[in-house]
Amino acid sequence: MATDAFDDVEPRPGSPKRDTILSVDGLVRRFGGITAVDVDHLEIQANAITGLIGPNGAGKTTFFNLITGFDEVTAGTFQFKGERLEGVPAYKVARKGLVRTFQLTKALSKLSVIDNMKLGAVGQTGENPFKAMVRPLWVNQEREIEARADELLKRFKLYDKRDDYAGELSGGQRKLLEMARALMADPEVICLDEPMAGVNPALTQSLLQHVKQLKDEGLTVIFVEHDMDVVRDISDWVVVMAEGAIIAEGSHASIGKNQAVIDAYLGTSHEIDLGTIQLDPETH
Amino acid sequence: MNWMGILESTLEAMVTKNAVVFALAAIGLNIHYGYTGLLNFGQAGFMAAGAYGTGIAITQWAWPIIPAAGFGLFLSVVLALLLGLPTLRLRADYLAIVTIAAAEIIRRVVKATEYRGVTGGSGGINGIGRGFYDANPFSERLDLGIVDFSARQLWFMVVGWGLVVICMLLTYLLVRSPWGRVLKAIREDEDAVRSLGKNVTWYKMQSLILGGLFGALGGIMLTLEQQSVQPDQFFTPTTFYAFTALILGGAGRVFGPVVGSMLFWGIMQFTSVSLRQGIRNGHIPESVMDGVQAGQVPLIVAGVLLGALMIFRQQGIFGNKREVALDGN
Repeated sequence: MATDAFDDVEPRPGSPKRDTILSVDGLVRRFGGITAVDVDHLEIQANAITGLIGPNGAGKTTFFNLITGFDEVTAGTFQFKGERLEGVPAYKVARKGLVRTFQLTKALSKLSVIDNMKLGAVGQTGENPFKAMVRPLWVNQEREIEARADELLKRFKLYDKRDDYAGELSGGQRKLLEMARALMADPEVICLDEPMAGVNPALTQSLLQHVKQLKDEGLTVIFVEHDMDVVRDISDWVVVMAEGAIIAEGSHASIGKNQAVIDAYLGTSHEIDLGTIQLDPETH
Repeated sequence: MNWMGILESTLEAMVTKNAVVFALAAIGLNIHYGYTGLLNFGQAGFMAAGAYGTGIAITQWAWPIIPAAGFGLFLSVVLALLLGLPTLRLRADYLAIVTIAAAEIIRRVVKATEYRGVTGGSGGINGIGRGFYDANPFSERLDLGIVDFSARQLWFMVVGWGLVVICMLLTYLLVRSPWGRVLKAIREDEDAVRSLGKNVTWYKMQSLILGGLFGALGGIMLTLEQQSVQPDQFFTPTTFYAFTALILGGAGRVFGPVVGSMLFWGIMQFTSVSLRQGIRNGHIPESVMDGVQAGQVPLIVAGVLLGALMIFRQQGIFGNKREVALDGN
């Protein structure tokens, strides 16, 4: 279901995009002697859903860690909306509008669901310790934030749970909460690290709809995922990593036929089901 | 056995010197550990900064009490910055190691003979004078029947508990604010908070400074009460008395550290006085325990009670059972 934005984009690693929001050049991360990430060039199209796939150990999560400031680059640069962000701490990257979620969900267990949500809002007056002591200074802002949080909770079907501890939610609900909380930070790009992992099939559909809706609202979504059905279902563009490098880019249809991709998967894990992509690439 | 005497001295211990000093120190630890999850094992160091800062300003520069106490508070902020800058970026365990070592270094340094001129060496600072008690508006004892207090005790209690109430109020105002929400979130998972655009290291520093200031207030009150500073009062167990008080009362609760401190010193005094009476009256034969050995027992009893509490009421007296149940998740 490649959208217009990708019509004239060549399906090859590092191909230029029509409207690039995030670009990476010569990005390298080494851990001792191991090169975890070595990406020559990559551009991410704005307001699209880009799926990042690859066999285990391909460097997908490390790549996420690098572009969100959670890990330091060994070499190379990356730009978000034309601004270089390597070496910028994670919290500043998030404030600039590049927000991530985590593979292992980080719901804040002993905070209520609504407090988890309210935490996500940026620029809160009451987060300054001196102003925090004077309730009238922040109470109006707090009410606005709470109203916005309640809206999102309703949309993500978590409103009934708003006063429960986040630790009391199921695994799938925590994934939803984490996504909703990330939206409270007003991101332009949202990086979802395996959003469907450990989520029961019933909830998967609802999560997929939420991800699609993010795009409709103008966000750019980058996500790491192992489930090929999910990738096929929601991604406009697929980037394939193996051994730290980008080995292919393209629509999911072209990726499924790419020999380098098949080799990368079969060389490491035979059980990955690439068939669904090849068999009916034009569904959706 | 003189049970009224035991009751009187237990009640007195629950509201006087140590109860106040350790309530303040434990309120500080509550900010660190209870709300932010920072393992500060060097609260004694912050208390020492407050105590010695005040003592030195009074004896060396003849400052009045309030600015002298301000100097003690200032030193505790400096200490928080020194400890926090290199360690707060690291995992929580590093802070624990650095703080426990730093508190010991402080005690050894102020005890050193080289600095006798300023810190009084192992003898401590003794010339602090009666400034605090000269301001005492009370002139008569207060008799409440079971227990009575001297005019000096009354003055110390009014100022000390006044400070405790102010610190509790500050804690209450802060932890229900968005600032407190960030601290509690850091306690749960730092990286999640970072991913939402909060400068986690700086929040942890603010927490370390604030809790350290409360600890320093405890040290200052100790100094003013006894009109002296003794280096060995800031040994490592001091930190753990404050931790025991905090855990007893319930970490992450506004009243937890205060009630915990009162109970801790109440239990210590009750055990100590009952045993001494029992030995003196022959109820406890010498073959079981003599007077010297009895001195060690209160801590054992406190330890056993704390152990029992951890088994039967993990959240402490004020804690929230629902929260503790989430720990497994």
